[in-house]
Amino acid sequence: MGRFHRHDGLGEHTHDGDEHDHQHDDHSDGHLDSHHDAGAHGDLSGYETASERVSVLERIFDENDRLAAANRALLDAHGVRCVNLMSAPGAGKTTLLARTLRHLADRGIRAGVIEGDIETSIDADRLAGLGAQVVLLNTGDGFGGECHLDAPMVARALTRLDLSTLDLLIVENVGNLVCPAEFDVGAHDSVMVYAITEGEEKPLKYPVMFRSVSLVLVNKLDLVPYLDVDLDLFRRNVSQVNPAAAVMEISARSGEGLETWHDWLLTTHTHPRTGIGTPQ
Amino acid sequence: MHELSLCHSIRTIVDEARSGRRVLTVHLQVGQLRQVVPQTLEYCWGLVTQDTPLDGSELAIDHVPVVLDCTACSQTTTVEHHLVLTCAACGSGAVHLRSGEEFMVTSVDVVPRDAAAADPSPREA
Repeated sequence: MGRFHRHDGLGEHTHDGDEHDHQHDDHSDGHLDSHHDAGAHGDLSGYETASERVSVLERIFDENDRLAAANRALLDAHGVRCVNLMSAPGAGKTTLLARTLRHLADRGIRAGVIEGDIETSIDADRLAGLGAQVVLLNTGDGFGGECHLDAPMVARALTRLDLSTLDLLIVENVGNLVCPAEFDVGAHDSVMVYAITEGEEKPLKYPVMFRSVSLVLVNKLDLVPYLDVDLDLFRRNVSQVNPAAAVMEISARSGEGLETWHDWLLTTHTHPRTGIGTPQ
Repeated sequence: MHELSLCHSIRTIVDEARSGRRVLTVHLQVGQLRQVVPQTLEYCWGLVTQDTPLDGSELAIDHVPVVLDCTACSQTTTVEHHLVLTCAACGSGAVHLRSGEEFMVTSVDVVPRDAAAADPSPREA
């Protein structure tokens, strides 16, 4: 799974602050585990009201992760696989998806798309009429203009899809190389689209994003003749931050390389129940 | 970029932990890989807590650097500034992340109920 794995356990590292001297074994419900830390009273000397330190030890992403797990369980219950598709703005996610949805429809795969955008239905409109259920999530509309999709937003979008008639769901995240990598939305896998116009150094500048995916699609290959692009250098940079990631070169515009991506999608993420995901 | 929504999550956690008591300080552990800008987080905390019972509380951020254990040569690398996740000794990308992904509310400093119930003006016991 291409998820971002967190290691929030205390005691696995050393750091400068020494105030966290409580030791706890299991904190699934840590906020009930309050300690009256005698030391803390003494620390705040002088004018301030005596304080009491309450141990919390709760991961800030816990709430999102719980909902993401619930999303995944709901999808699993319906036999729907889900892929979270991320990229910088303009890397070509929507152009690629339009191609991919046509291919999936031709193969009899019932696809759905959750289209995340801060504003407008432009991308969702581009994906209409391609045989997929498309749900638009405008994060500027009631979600505070968020720069990413999170599990609660996707949970709401899921209620607007008929999961019983879907095989594969693609979440097109908000175009952004930072925030979407931090939020598990409940997908089974994460894929990113990188356009060769972005520069070979991007994996080093956005390592968290490149570490969070299992596949990097290198898009706009049709522009190679017009650019000074070093694809070997890009691949080396990807493997520096994520040695396990697969890298595929494509052009969503010309169609070059798309069969490799489609085969990967079908073999990795088509539910065996349908028996129609096997490449010929 | 996403500090505002993170502050909403922190507020939910702190609100439960404080059990109605006034909060002075919220202690966080933030790993370097969390892509959080501390000043932005503090600014957003002010916005999110304004006119709530948490108004006036402060964030105390404990930064945790990225520490990598190389599976190729067994050396340990502490990544301080540039987020290049390779072994400093041998250059291998086959590393295990020992720390740097933390993002946790570790504790909150609250005003105890008995202290809050007493005369709010400072008074020697």
